[in-house]
Amino acid sequence: MTAMPIPPPPRFRPLRLLNYLVLLLVLGLIISSLAATAPPLDKVWRGVMRLFSPSGLFTQMFPPDFSRIVPISWKLLETLQMAVAGCFLGLILAVPFAILATDRLSPHPVVRLGARAIIALFRTVPDLVWAIIFIIIVGLGPAAGVLAIMVDKIGFAGRFFAEAMEESDPGPQDAMRAIGASKLGMIVSAVFPACLPSFTATSLFALEKSVRGSAALGLVGAGGIGVELKVAFDLFNYDEALAIILMMLALVIAVEQGSGWIRRKLI
Amino acid sequence: MNTPLAHAVEEAGVTALAPVLSVSGLAKSYDGRVILQSLTFALSERQSTALIGANGSGKSTLLKCLVRLTEPTAGRIDMLGQDVRALGPNELRRFRAQVGIVWQRHNLVPRISALSNVVHGVQARMSGPRSWFQALAPATVRAEAMSCLERVGLADRAMTRVDSLSGGQQQRVAIARMLMQRPAFILADEPDASLDPQTGEEVMALLLGLVRQDGLSLLMISHRLEHTLRFSDRILGLTQGRITLDQPTALANVTDLRRFFEHPETP
Repeated sequence: MTAMPIPPPPRFRPLRLLNYLVLLLVLGLIISSLAATAPPLDKVWRGVMRLFSPSGLFTQMFPPDFSRIVPISWKLLETLQMAVAGCFLGLILAVPFAILATDRLSPHPVVRLGARAIIALFRTVPDLVWAIIFIIIVGLGPAAGVLAIMVDKIGFAGRFFAEAMEESDPGPQDAMRAIGASKLGMIVSAVFPACLPSFTATSLFALEKSVRGSAALGLVGAGGIGVELKVAFDLFNYDEALAIILMMLALVIAVEQGSGWIRRKLI
Repeated sequence: MNTPLAHAVEEAGVTALAPVLSVSGLAKSYDGRVILQSLTFALSERQSTALIGANGSGKSTLLKCLVRLTEPTAGRIDMLGQDVRALGPNELRRFRAQVGIVWQRHNLVPRISALSNVVHGVQARMSGPRSWFQALAPATVRAEAMSCLERVGLADRAMTRVDSLSGGQQQRVAIARMLMQRPAFILADEPDASLDPQTGEEVMALLLGLVRQDGLSLLMISHRLEHTLRFSDRILGLTQGRITLDQPTALANVTDLRRFFEHPETP
């Protein structure tokens, strides 16, 4: 006698009333958000057509004007320097914040909570807002941009460094503790080497993010290429603005390619 | 010969050496679950003692309690002339420096050289950046680390990354790191567990050599009957957190010992 084949299970699990309610709530949120904020399609279409009209923005942008390539290049270099300096300072300062925010390494739960709160605050406030705050503190110019990038990077790298240390193998740390190593000795000798690949990847992503961010910081007066871009738009020199945008794009792509290469080599 | 604490006290008048380790009424519970129940025993110097018992009998917990990597719930531990439970944080660090631990998983720091890992052992008596990596270490420390590696037969692999060494070689590096501590007492948690029989035997012979030639004291968890018989002077058997066997290895009955290896306990 052959055994009866077992029937396959139903394709979908039956939904409970609560599941239906949650689904309806999510759908309602999406539809109401689209209705309240999404632009009407005909308006978008008319706007796009205007960009390409004889007096439109895109028409005036072409061909890009590279006649001021030398001063723009210097500003681009300043942008890169702001990004590197801000990122470097931010990454260095992110390390102690990350240590204090890590369960196993923090000296006290209250300190851990405090460090996590500061990291979250630094990450949540946009870098443009930090730039405005630092312009008030140190005045217009690249110094405000460097400080804004630094604070933003403490928030970004602090979180990822802490996660990497949290996930590292506790075995070598226990062994160092058992040897009688100091906490600092244990962290530098056992935690950092284990987290090196993760730290490197985070640092390179932070650099890419800094370069992209530093270009925009000039729009609020925090130095770099953004200042040139704002002036070009203000003076309706759209062809020069396109040249600046293309040079920024080249810089960002170069940094991304470079950091990608370093990541592949190191990790 | 090692003796239980009661006998050691009784024979104090005729025994010249005080016990190097004496444990009295040691207990440990986790969340109301009893792991160790009122353990009392004492070990003399320059002896190799095997600690045997089924999985979950409390062997590893006992070892961790001895150096307070796990805090005991009750009882007294006197080791190397110190009341271990009364030590403050700094005294505990100095005490741990005298106790070398060989772990079941070697617990080496990955991504760095064997020599750097061995140099870490010096953190038992030295702190600061010069004890963090071999490249920063003073010449005397590097020379001592090399001689420790030579002792375990790995001087020629000093600059090899530990994670590219075989399991047996990694365990030898861990022993070299432990030697760098200049310990007076060795705790070993199944040092041969992850090794093939031949390599496991070599590692056990190396540890016994430290007892015989260097006069160190060894308390090791053993999970192989043949190693227990060959590499120990005395056997302590744990059953459900209690010492149910305590005798010189020479007098051990193999049939009696088998029950400690063959009958896993349910917690």
